[in-house]
Amino acid sequence: MRTEALIRALVADNKQPVVPISRKLLIAVLSGMVFSVGLFAITLHVRADIGQAIRTVRFDFKLIATLTLAVTAAVGLPRSARPQDGAASAWTLAAAPLLVAVAVAVDLLMGPHEWLRRLVGQNALHCLLLIPMLSLAPAMALLLALRSGAPLNPKAAGARAGLLASGLGATLYALTCPDDSPLFIATWYTIAAGAVTALCAYIGRYALRW
Amino acid sequence: MDQASDEARWTTMLELALDGDASAYQSLLQRLAAALRTALRSRARRAGLDDEDVVQEVLLALHMKRSTWVRGTPVAPWVAAIARNKIVDAHRRRGSRPEVSIENIVETLQADDDGDTLGEAHDLERLLAKLPAKQRLIVSEISLQGYTALETARRLNMSEVAVRVALHRSLKRLSAALRGRP
Repeated sequence: MRTEALIRALVADNKQPVVPISRKLLIAVLSGMVFSVGLFAITLHVRADIGQAIRTVRFDFKLIATLTLAVTAAVGLPRSARPQDGAASAWTLAAAPLLVAVAVAVDLLMGPHEWLRRLVGQNALHCLLLIPMLSLAPAMALLLALRSGAPLNPKAAGARAGLLASGLGATLYALTCPDDSPLFIATWYTIAAGAVTALCAYIGRYALRW
Repeated sequence: MDQASDEARWTTMLELALDGDASAYQSLLQRLAAALRTALRSRARRAGLDDEDVVQEVLLALHMKRSTWVRGTPVAPWVAAIARNKIVDAHRRRGSRPEVSIENIVETLQADDDGDTLGEAHDLERLLAKLPAKQRLIVSEISLQGYTALETARRLNMSEVAVRVALHRSLKRLSAALRGRP
Protein backbone atom coordinates (compact mmCIF):
# COMPACT_ATOMS: atom_id res chain seq x y z
CA MET A 1 0.00 0.00 0.00
CA ARG A 2 1.29 3.45 -0.81
CA THR A 3 1.73 5.71 2.16
CA GLU A 4 -0.37 8.34 0.40
CA ALA A 5 -3.27 5.86 0.37
CA LEU A 6 -2.92 5.19 4.09
CA ILE A 7 -2.90 8.93 4.77
CA ARG A 8 -6.18 9.31 2.82
CA ALA A 9 -7.79 6.67 5.04
CA LEU A 10 -6.50 8.35 8.21
CA VAL A 11 -7.76 11.77 7.10
CA ALA A 12 -11.18 10.28 6.29
CA ASP A 13 -11.28 8.81 9.81
CA ASN A 14 -10.61 12.20 11.44
CA LYS A 15 -14.22 13.43 11.49
CA GLN A 16 -15.14 12.84 15.13
CA PRO A 17 -13.98 15.46 17.60
CA VAL A 18 -10.92 14.19 19.48
CA VAL A 19 -11.43 14.01 23.25
CA PRO A 20 -8.11 14.59 25.05
CA ILE A 21 -6.97 11.61 27.11
CA SER A 22 -7.08 13.69 30.33
CA ARG A 23 -10.80 14.32 29.82
CA LYS A 24 -11.45 10.65 29.02
CA LEU A 25 -9.81 9.72 32.32
CA LEU A 26 -11.89 12.30 34.20
CA ILE A 27 -15.10 10.97 32.68
CA ALA A 28 -14.02 7.41 33.53
CA VAL A 29 -13.30 8.13 37.18
CA LEU A 30 -16.53 10.08 37.63
CA SER A 31 -18.72 7.41 36.05
CA GLY A 32 -16.92 4.68 37.99
CA MET A 33 -17.57 6.58 41.22
CA VAL A 34 -21.26 7.08 40.40
CA PHE A 35 -21.47 3.30 40.16
CA SER A 36 -19.54 2.73 43.42
CA VAL A 37 -21.56 5.31 45.36
CA GLY A 38 -24.72 3.59 44.10
CA LEU A 39 -23.35 0.24 45.23
CA PHE A 40 -22.53 1.75 48.62
CA ALA A 41 -26.03 3.22 48.94
CA ILE A 42 -27.67 -0.11 48.13
CA THR A 43 -25.52 -2.52 50.13
CA LEU A 44 -23.93 -0.47 52.93
CA HIS A 45 -24.70 2.50 55.14
CA VAL A 46 -22.77 5.33 56.70
CA ARG A 47 -21.87 4.39 60.28
CA ALA A 48 -24.49 5.39 62.82
CA ASP A 49 -22.19 7.58 64.92
CA ILE A 50 -20.93 9.61 61.94
CA GLY A 51 -21.98 12.88 63.64
CA GLN A 52 -19.57 12.27 66.50
CA ALA A 53 -16.94 10.46 64.49
CA ILE A 54 -16.44 13.39 62.18
CA ARG A 55 -15.34 15.49 65.15
CA THR A 56 -12.59 13.04 66.09
CA VAL A 57 -9.09 13.37 64.73
CA ARG A 58 -8.80 9.63 64.13
CA PHE A 59 -11.82 9.48 61.82
CA ASP A 60 -10.86 12.63 59.93
CA PHE A 61 -7.36 11.28 59.55
CA LYS A 62 -8.72 8.18 57.79
CA LEU A 63 -10.45 10.32 55.19
CA ILE A 64 -7.41 12.56 54.76
CA ALA A 65 -5.16 9.52 54.22
CA THR A 66 -7.41 7.84 51.65
CA LEU A 67 -8.14 11.08 49.80
CA THR A 68 -4.41 11.89 49.76
CA LEU A 69 -3.80 8.56 48.05
CA ALA A 70 -6.50 9.29 45.46
CA VAL A 71 -5.31 12.83 44.75
CA THR A 72 -1.61 11.99 44.46
CA ALA A 73 -2.41 9.10 42.11
CA ALA A 74 -4.79 11.23 40.02
CA VAL A 75 -2.35 14.09 39.52
CA GLY A 76 0.12 12.03 37.47
CA LEU A 77 -2.39 9.79 35.71
CA PRO A 78 -2.88 11.76 32.45
CA ARG A 79 0.87 12.01 32.14
CA SER A 80 1.35 8.27 32.55
CA ALA A 81 -1.16 7.76 29.70
CA ARG A 82 1.11 9.62 27.25
CA PRO A 83 4.03 8.23 25.27
CA GLN A 84 6.69 10.73 26.43
CA ASP A 85 7.92 11.54 29.93
CA GLY A 86 6.36 8.47 31.46
CA ALA A 87 8.30 8.80 34.71
CA ALA A 88 5.69 11.12 36.24
CA SER A 89 7.02 12.07 39.67
CA ALA A 90 6.24 8.83 41.51
CA TRP A 91 7.63 10.23 44.77
CA THR A 92 4.45 12.20 45.54
CA LEU A 93 2.74 8.81 45.87
CA ALA A 94 4.69 8.37 49.10
CA ALA A 95 2.53 11.05 50.78
CA ALA A 96 -0.31 8.75 51.86
CA PRO A 97 1.89 5.92 53.21
CA LEU A 98 3.98 8.54 55.01
CA LEU A 99 0.90 10.08 56.63
CA VAL A 100 -0.22 6.65 57.83
CA ALA A 101 3.24 5.80 59.14
CA VAL A 102 3.39 9.04 61.15
CA ALA A 103 -0.10 8.41 62.54
CA VAL A 104 0.85 4.89 63.59
CA ALA A 105 3.98 6.21 65.33
CA VAL A 106 2.03 8.91 67.17
CA ASP A 107 -0.65 6.40 68.13
CA LEU A 108 1.87 3.91 69.51
CA LEU A 109 3.70 6.63 71.45
CA MET A 110 0.49 7.84 73.05
CA GLY A 111 -0.63 4.42 74.21
CA PRO A 112 1.36 1.31 73.48
CA HIS A 113 -1.17 -0.86 75.33
CA GLU A 114 -3.56 -3.15 73.49
CA TRP A 115 -1.93 -2.51 70.14
CA LEU A 116 -2.76 -5.96 68.91
CA ARG A 117 -6.47 -5.47 69.53
CA ARG A 118 -6.38 -2.19 67.64
CA LEU A 119 -4.49 -3.80 64.78
CA VAL A 120 -6.92 -6.65 64.38
CA GLY A 121 -9.94 -4.40 64.92
CA GLN A 122 -13.44 -5.69 64.43
CA ASN A 123 -13.77 -5.78 60.69
CA ALA A 124 -10.58 -6.85 59.01
CA LEU A 125 -12.29 -9.25 56.62
CA HIS A 126 -15.03 -6.73 55.92
CA CYS A 127 -12.37 -4.20 54.98
CA LEU A 128 -10.45 -6.63 52.77
CA LEU A 129 -13.58 -7.42 50.78
CA LEU A 130 -15.34 -4.07 50.64
CA ILE A 131 -12.44 -1.82 49.59
CA PRO A 132 -11.80 -3.88 46.43
CA MET A 133 -15.54 -4.08 45.78
CA LEU A 134 -15.95 -0.29 45.99
CA SER A 135 -12.78 0.26 43.90
CA LEU A 136 -13.72 -2.10 41.12
CA ALA A 137 -15.91 0.20 38.98
CA PRO A 138 -13.52 3.19 38.92
CA ALA A 139 -10.58 0.83 38.36
CA MET A 140 -12.15 -0.86 35.36
CA ALA A 141 -13.41 2.44 33.90
CA LEU A 142 -9.93 3.95 34.23
CA LEU A 143 -8.22 0.95 32.64
CA LEU A 144 -10.68 1.11 29.77
CA ALA A 145 -9.97 4.82 29.27
CA LEU A 146 -6.22 4.17 29.46
CA ARG A 147 -6.55 1.73 26.58
CA SER A 148 -7.08 4.67 24.26
CA GLY A 149 -3.92 6.23 25.68
CA ALA A 150 -0.34 5.45 24.78
CA PRO A 151 1.41 4.78 28.09
CA LEU A 152 5.19 4.59 27.95
CA ASN A 153 5.01 2.16 30.85
CA PRO A 154 1.74 0.16 30.72
CA LYS A 155 2.33 -1.55 34.06
CA ALA A 156 2.98 1.72 35.90
CA ALA A 157 -0.05 3.36 34.27
CA GLY A 158 -2.23 0.43 35.37
CA ALA A 159 -0.82 0.61 38.89
CA ARG A 160 -1.53 4.33 39.11
CA ALA A 161 -5.12 3.75 37.99
CA GLY A 162 -5.36 1.10 40.73
CA LEU A 163 -4.04 3.50 43.37
CA LEU A 164 -6.55 6.17 42.37
CA ALA A 165 -9.44 3.69 42.35
CA SER A 166 -8.49 2.14 45.68
CA GLY A 167 -8.00 5.58 47.25
CA LEU A 168 -11.56 6.43 46.24
CA GLY A 169 -12.93 3.01 47.21
CA ALA A 170 -11.22 3.24 50.59
CA THR A 171 -12.64 6.75 51.14
CA LEU A 172 -16.15 5.39 50.62
CA TYR A 173 -15.44 2.39 52.83
CA ALA A 174 -14.06 4.67 55.57
CA LEU A 175 -17.55 6.15 55.94
CA THR A 176 -18.96 2.81 57.06
CA CYS A 177 -15.88 1.28 58.73
CA PRO A 178 -16.09 1.45 62.56
CA ASP A 179 -12.32 1.01 63.07
CA ASP A 180 -10.48 4.31 63.31
CA SER A 181 -7.15 3.08 64.65
CA PRO A 182 -4.14 4.07 62.51
CA LEU A 183 -2.74 0.57 63.03
CA PHE A 184 -5.89 -0.91 61.53
CA ILE A 185 -5.63 1.38 58.52
CA ALA A 186 -1.92 0.78 58.09
CA THR A 187 -2.56 -2.94 57.96
CA TRP A 188 -5.87 -3.74 56.33
CA TYR A 189 -6.48 -0.69 54.16
CA THR A 190 -2.95 -1.07 52.83
CA ILE A 191 -3.39 -4.75 52.02
CA ALA A 192 -6.72 -4.07 50.26
CA ALA A 193 -5.39 -1.10 48.27
CA GLY A 194 -2.22 -3.04 47.47
CA ALA A 195 -4.23 -5.95 46.06
CA VAL A 196 -6.30 -3.65 43.84
CA THR A 197 -3.15 -1.86 42.67
CA ALA A 198 -1.31 -5.11 41.94
CA LEU A 199 -4.26 -6.42 39.96
CA CYS A 200 -4.47 -3.21 37.92
CA ALA A 201 -0.72 -3.25 37.28
CA TYR A 202 -0.98 -6.83 36.08
CA ILE A 203 -3.92 -6.05 33.80
CA GLY A 204 -2.16 -2.90 32.59
CA ARG A 205 0.94 -4.81 31.64
CA TYR A 206 -1.01 -6.78 29.07
CA ALA A 207 -4.08 -4.72 28.24
CA LEU A 208 -2.42 -1.31 27.95
CA ARG A 209 0.21 -2.19 25.39
CA TRP A 210 -0.32 -0.34 22.12
CA MET B 1 12.97 27.14 7.44
CA ASP B 2 14.52 27.12 10.90
CA GLN B 3 13.63 24.55 13.52
CA ALA B 4 11.66 26.80 15.87
CA SER B 5 9.17 27.99 13.27
CA ASP B 6 8.97 24.49 11.81
CA GLU B 7 7.98 23.19 15.20
CA ALA B 8 5.42 25.96 15.73
CA ARG B 9 3.92 25.19 12.32
CA TRP B 10 3.50 21.51 13.15
CA THR B 11 1.79 22.44 16.41
CA THR B 12 -0.66 24.75 14.63
CA MET B 13 -1.37 22.15 11.96
CA LEU B 14 -2.11 19.42 14.48
CA GLU B 15 -4.39 21.74 16.43
CA LEU B 16 -6.30 22.52 13.24
CA ALA B 17 -6.42 18.82 12.40
CA LEU B 18 -7.88 17.93 15.79
CA ASP B 19 -10.58 20.52 15.15
CA GLY B 20 -11.51 18.61 12.00
CA ASP B 21 -9.49 20.47 9.32
CA ALA B 22 -8.90 17.70 6.75
CA SER B 23 -6.39 19.54 4.58
CA ALA B 24 -4.27 20.55 7.58
CA TYR B 25 -4.30 16.94 8.76
CA GLN B 26 -3.37 15.57 5.36
CA SER B 27 -0.55 18.03 4.89
CA LEU B 28 0.80 17.38 8.40
CA LEU B 29 0.74 13.61 7.92
CA GLN B 30 2.59 14.00 4.62
CA ARG B 31 5.26 16.14 6.25
CA LEU B 32 5.56 13.76 9.19
CA ALA B 33 5.81 10.81 6.80
CA ALA B 34 8.68 12.51 4.99
CA ALA B 35 10.43 13.42 8.24
CA LEU B 36 9.98 9.90 9.62
CA ARG B 37 11.26 8.38 6.40
CA THR B 38 14.46 10.41 6.64
CA ALA B 39 14.84 9.74 10.36
CA LEU B 40 14.16 6.02 10.22
CA ARG B 41 15.78 4.96 6.96
CA SER B 42 19.26 4.10 8.14
CA ARG B 43 17.98 2.81 11.48
CA ALA B 44 15.48 0.45 9.86
CA ARG B 45 17.82 -0.76 7.13
CA ARG B 46 20.53 -1.56 9.64
CA ALA B 47 18.03 -3.75 11.46
CA GLY B 48 16.80 -5.41 8.28
CA LEU B 49 13.36 -3.79 8.45
CA ASP B 50 11.53 -2.21 5.55
CA ASP B 51 11.63 1.47 6.47
CA GLU B 52 8.35 2.30 4.75
CA ASP B 53 6.57 -0.41 6.77
CA VAL B 54 7.78 1.28 9.94
CA VAL B 55 6.74 4.74 8.63
CA GLN B 56 3.21 3.48 7.92
CA GLU B 57 3.00 1.74 11.25
CA VAL B 58 4.01 4.95 13.04
CA LEU B 59 1.52 7.04 11.05
CA LEU B 60 -1.29 4.67 11.98
CA ALA B 61 -0.26 4.79 15.65
CA LEU B 62 -0.06 8.62 15.58
CA HIS B 63 -3.58 8.67 14.23
CA MET B 64 -5.01 6.19 16.75
CA LYS B 65 -3.27 7.90 19.68
CA ARG B 66 -3.77 11.53 18.71
CA SER B 67 -5.80 12.12 21.90
CA THR B 68 -2.53 11.81 23.86
CA TRP B 69 -0.97 14.89 22.28
CA VAL B 70 -1.33 18.00 24.45
CA ARG B 71 -2.50 21.05 22.51
CA GLY B 72 0.08 23.78 22.21
CA THR B 73 3.05 21.52 22.91
CA PRO B 74 5.79 20.57 20.41
CA VAL B 75 4.80 17.79 18.01
CA ALA B 76 8.23 16.29 17.29
CA PRO B 77 8.96 14.80 20.75
CA TRP B 78 5.48 13.25 20.84
CA VAL B 79 5.92 11.77 17.36
CA ALA B 80 9.37 10.52 18.31
CA ALA B 81 8.04 8.83 21.45
CA ILE B 82 5.38 7.01 19.45
CA ALA B 83 7.88 6.13 16.71
CA ARG B 84 10.24 4.73 19.31
CA ASN B 85 7.53 2.45 20.72
CA LYS B 86 6.64 1.23 17.24
CA ILE B 87 10.25 0.58 16.27
CA VAL B 88 10.74 -1.48 19.40
CA ASP B 89 7.58 -3.40 18.47
CA ALA B 90 8.75 -3.97 14.91
CA HIS B 91 12.03 -5.35 16.20
CA ARG B 92 10.25 -7.57 18.69
CA ARG B 93 8.07 -9.11 16.00
CA ARG B 94 11.22 -10.04 14.17
CA GLY B 95 12.86 -11.33 17.30
CA SER B 96 15.67 -8.82 17.55
CA ARG B 97 16.64 -6.57 20.41
CA PRO B 98 16.66 -2.89 19.47
CA GLU B 99 18.71 -0.01 20.77
CA VAL B 100 16.62 3.05 20.05
CA SER B 101 17.39 6.38 21.56
CA ILE B 102 14.52 8.80 21.46
CA GLU B 103 16.78 11.86 21.35
CA ASN B 104 18.25 10.80 18.02
CA ILE B 105 14.81 10.43 16.50
CA VAL B 106 13.78 13.93 17.65
CA GLU B 107 16.93 15.44 16.19
CA THR B 108 16.45 13.88 12.79
CA LEU B 109 12.74 14.68 12.82
CA GLN B 110 13.47 18.34 13.34
CA ALA B 111 16.36 18.48 10.95
CA ASP B 112 14.42 17.65 7.82
CA ASP B 113 10.84 17.61 6.81
CA ASP B 114 11.26 17.98 3.07
CA GLY B 115 12.30 14.43 2.29
CA ASP B 116 10.69 12.04 -0.18
CA THR B 117 6.92 12.16 -0.30
CA LEU B 118 6.44 8.83 -2.01
CA GLY B 119 6.63 5.48 -0.36
CA GLU B 120 5.16 2.04 -0.61
CA ALA B 121 5.16 -0.89 1.79
CA HIS B 122 3.57 -4.27 2.23
CA ASP B 123 2.89 -5.10 5.88
CA LEU B 124 -0.38 -3.17 6.02
CA GLU B 125 -1.54 -4.63 2.73
CA ARG B 126 -1.07 -8.15 4.05
CA LEU B 127 -3.07 -7.28 7.18
CA LEU B 128 -5.71 -5.53 5.10
CA ALA B 129 -6.24 -8.77 3.21
CA LYS B 130 -7.26 -10.42 6.49
CA LEU B 131 -10.09 -7.96 7.21
CA PRO B 132 -13.70 -8.96 6.54
CA ALA B 133 -14.60 -8.39 2.88
CA LYS B 134 -16.87 -5.41 3.51
CA GLN B 135 -14.31 -3.57 5.64
CA ARG B 136 -11.58 -4.31 3.12
CA LEU B 137 -13.71 -2.93 0.33
CA ILE B 138 -14.47 0.27 2.25
CA VAL B 139 -10.82 0.88 3.14
CA SER B 140 -9.77 0.33 -0.44
CA GLU B 141 -12.49 2.63 -1.84
CA ILE B 142 -11.25 5.43 0.39
CA SER B 143 -7.51 4.84 0.50
CA LEU B 144 -6.70 3.31 -2.88
CA GLN B 145 -9.50 4.70 -5.06
CA GLY B 146 -9.55 8.04 -3.27
CA TYR B 147 -13.31 8.34 -2.80
CA THR B 148 -14.71 10.30 0.14
CA ALA B 149 -16.77 8.55 2.79
CA LEU B 150 -19.93 10.02 1.27
CA GLU B 151 -19.05 8.84 -2.24
CA THR B 152 -18.17 5.39 -0.90
CA ALA B 153 -21.50 5.26 0.92
CA ARG B 154 -23.38 6.03 -2.32
CA ARG B 155 -21.34 3.53 -4.35
CA LEU B 156 -21.90 0.73 -1.84
CA ASN B 157 -25.46 1.72 -1.07
CA MET B 158 -24.76 2.28 2.63
CA SER B 159 -25.22 5.22 4.97
CA GLU B 160 -22.29 7.57 5.40
CA VAL B 161 -22.24 6.83 9.14
CA ALA B 162 -21.96 3.09 8.46
CA VAL B 163 -19.00 3.74 6.15
CA ARG B 164 -17.27 5.87 8.79
CA VAL B 165 -17.86 3.26 11.49
CA ALA B 166 -16.51 0.48 9.24
CA LEU B 167 -13.46 2.56 8.33
CA HIS B 168 -12.74 3.30 11.98
CA ARG B 169 -13.11 -0.38 12.95
CA SER B 170 -10.79 -1.41 10.13
CA LEU B 171 -8.08 1.00 11.25
CA LYS B 172 -8.48 -0.18 14.83
CA ARG B 173 -8.10 -3.78 13.71
CA LEU B 174 -5.05 -2.97 11.64
CA SER B 175 -3.37 -1.22 14.53
CA ALA B 176 -4.28 -4.07 16.90
CA ALA B 177 -2.81 -6.58 14.45
CA LEU B 178 0.42 -4.60 14.36
CA ARG B 179 0.76 -4.51 18.15
CA GLY B 180 3.76 -6.37 19.45
CA ARG B 181 3.25 -9.30 21.77
CA PRO B 182 4.90 -9.40 25.18
